[in-house]
Amino acid sequence: MIAALILVISVAALLQFFVSYCRSVIAASYRKNLSEHAREVAGIENRFVRGDEFERLLQLVRLCPEPGDDGRELRAVCSYFDLLSLLRSSFGRLAPAVANWAEREREGCAYFAAVALDRRITYSRDLMAEQMSNQL
Amino acid sequence: MLGPIDYVVWSVCMLAQTAVLVCAFRSQCLRQYFTLNFYMLAALLLSMGRVFVFVRYGYTSPQYFYFYYFSDALLTICLFFALMGLYLHVFQEMGVSSYLRTAAILLLGLTAWISYQMVVTSSHKMLTHFVVELSQNLYFVGVVLTYLLWGAIMKLRETRTRLIQLVLALGVYFSAFAASYALRNLYPEFVAWRYVAHLMQVWLPLAWAYTFIKIPEEARLATDRVAATNR
Repeated sequence: MIAALILVISVAALLQFFVSYCRSVIAASYRKNLSEHAREVAGIENRFVRGDEFERLLQLVRLCPEPGDDGRELRAVCSYFDLLSLLRSSFGRLAPAVANWAEREREGCAYFAAVALDRRITYSRDLMAEQMSNQL
Repeated sequence: MLGPIDYVVWSVCMLAQTAVLVCAFRSQCLRQYFTLNFYMLAALLLSMGRVFVFVRYGYTSPQYFYFYYFSDALLTICLFFALMGLYLHVFQEMGVSSYLRTAAILLLGLTAWISYQMVVTSSHKMLTHFVVELSQNLYFVGVVLTYLLWGAIMKLRETRTRLIQLVLALGVYFSAFAASYALRNLYPEFVAWRYVAHLMQVWLPLAWAYTFIKIPEEARLATDRVAATNR
């Protein structure tokens, strides 16, 4: 009985800590505006990025050379996105409020992916410029 | 017996523990987060000790069994003080450090006493039972204390991103461990809990290393953006 109680409390705390941790990683990207070039490449019209676009943006991110410092963040956000998608599909009909919250969070994940894409595009351009200046 | 996954996790864990100390040194916060870094150093040294005992006596030997459980209890106590160190950071402006230290010692003593009371009837290997019980209870106390600390961070509108991430990573670690211990008690035949423990042993050093290297001390974050219940 006590073990079951500890399990329930621990799992509830684990979920809350994990969600908050992921949000603290994502929160830093909210302060960054996307560059025109990144918007053009990703087909984003305004600041709003739909949650469904996360996978597509992630594929674009993976096409770009890795600067080597955001892989872990992306993996954490991917896990968080999967958890949210599971929540949304499980509670879609039972609890619309939970599904709506999950969708807003997914939008945050998608914006994070867009910021990562922007960073990688900038990195690729800098890399190319450096190579060209070396050739000259 | 140990499988390839166990060896990989063991190696990654030791590398990650070293990474925390290197990252803390590089970002010049070895002294600032002394209790956290002390825990990581102790974890690294005890991991090396476990490798030594494992190679010398074998995985199924009583020497490895005793070394594992006693070192685990020691590490849990170190982690308890690391958590108290985070409390001191959050409440540093209130000047209550002496009260916090006293409360930490009292709480540790109380947990040890309760653990002793739980095993006092078992005459066989009482000390071993005691250290295992103490570790389990301290993990659960850790969950509750981290939750309270997180509540205090929200209430005080603490904005230091580095501190927030260190606390949250510790919260994930403590709660996953407490859940895995509870699962082990509920389903002793189920062995998957061991991998949860392995995963978490890698998670904490990786999360802390990331925080030390990527989040500057002056970075700030509004807590209402982070709370799981808000948006």
